[in-house]
Amino acid sequence: MITTESVPASSADSILASQRLNRPVSPHLTIYQPQLTWYLSMTTRITGVGLSGIFYLYTIGYVFLSPFGVDMSIANISRKWGEMGTAVKMAVKAPIAAMFGFHFWNGVRHLVWDTGRELTVRGVYRTGYGVLGLTAASTLGLLVL
Amino acid sequence: MASFRQPALRLLASSSFRRASPTVFNTTRSLASIATDAPTPAKKEPLLKKFTIYRWSPDEPTKKPHMQEYTLDLNETGPMVLDALIRIKNELDPTLTFRRSCREGICGSCAMNIEGTNTLACLCRISRDTSQATRIYPLPHMYIVKDLVPDLTNFYKQYKSIKPYLQRKEPTEDGKEIRQSKEERKKLDGLYECILCACCSTSCPSYWWNQEEYLGPAVLMQAYRWLADSRDQMSGQRKDALENSMSLYRCHTIMNCARTCPKGLNPGLAIAKIKKMMVVGA
Repeated sequence: MITTESVPASSADSILASQRLNRPVSPHLTIYQPQLTWYLSMTTRITGVGLSGIFYLYTIGYVFLSPFGVDMSIANISRKWGEMGTAVKMAVKAPIAAMFGFHFWNGVRHLVWDTGRELTVRGVYRTGYGVLGLTAASTLGLLVL
Repeated sequence: MASFRQPALRLLASSSFRRASPTVFNTTRSLASIATDAPTPAKKEPLLKKFTIYRWSPDEPTKKPHMQEYTLDLNETGPMVLDALIRIKNELDPTLTFRRSCREGICGSCAMNIEGTNTLACLCRISRDTSQATRIYPLPHMYIVKDLVPDLTNFYKQYKSIKPYLQRKEPTEDGKEIRQSKEERKKLDGLYECILCACCSTSCPSYWWNQEEYLGPAVLMQAYRWLADSRDQMSGQRKDALENSMSLYRCHTIMNCARTCPKGLNPGLAIAKIKKMMVVGA
């Protein structure tokens, strides 16, 4: 036998409130299709954090390591850098050059966007691939310097 | 011209058909025998396609959301993902819950994440590739009411907050309707067509992380729709309402919105135009 429970209309709000407490958040990052649009945006954020992280690490190191006799001056670092082998130099330079190149060119892309240009799906993809090409070129250019 | 040409072509085609096969109609069979003589179409091999669908029920709140697999014969199913969902609900599992209404891309009810992109199930063709299952999730980063039904309360509240209606300070001089030139009207094209399905807003990572304060692409495009309307006289107040760090400026020009819009609109461009308006003051 089926029994039913009477639910007064006045309890709608409390039922809703209790349901809202339990509602899960639907999946997002992990299920959204990888697209040039948001992947390049994410890369800009990551390279920006990476570059400024390097800058902060150096300056903080300069301030806090100098009293302990660690010479963090540019003159000393460039002397040490000159003593390193080509392989090590390339391994250190390549990621930094790529990060800088990407962040720089995508920054230019954002400036173009801010004028209202290239803001169509086609424009976004065209400039996106352009940025990737320019990043590759400028990374190679910086490496052979 | 085109309207004349088409029937002419059709006439030509039908007359040549009659000339080529008069014997078939006149001698070999009568009208009544047409149906029985017609060869019965060969039964097609079933084309089995798997669908994996996000499930969560408020009746079992402690049970984690999970993916459930359903198999359909595509030869017996309509072409669109919504057809598949309706068929699953009708024939396989009546507990499957989703919103749907118009089935022709004008109501925006069946917005969901299909194969990783947000779109309307009624406008999305089922992939005929049976080697892979079609994955269907609700709109991303939304509170889920049940299965594929997200809670859009906040989205609608945000829409309401931009005052999506014509605001006038004074009536027109002659007391008649507010007139617009063709050029002024043209500025609203590509804006007014939005059906508020929330595909773009829920594709935006900025909206994912700052849903409570950032208005999101769909609502901002409507904000621009009223800013761009020559008849509206409250542009100043509309802009003032957006002049804070969250409402508008959480847009980082990611452009997932334009990429995903099932109506082919461009909320990202509209937001860029608002930003320009805010700077230039025009």
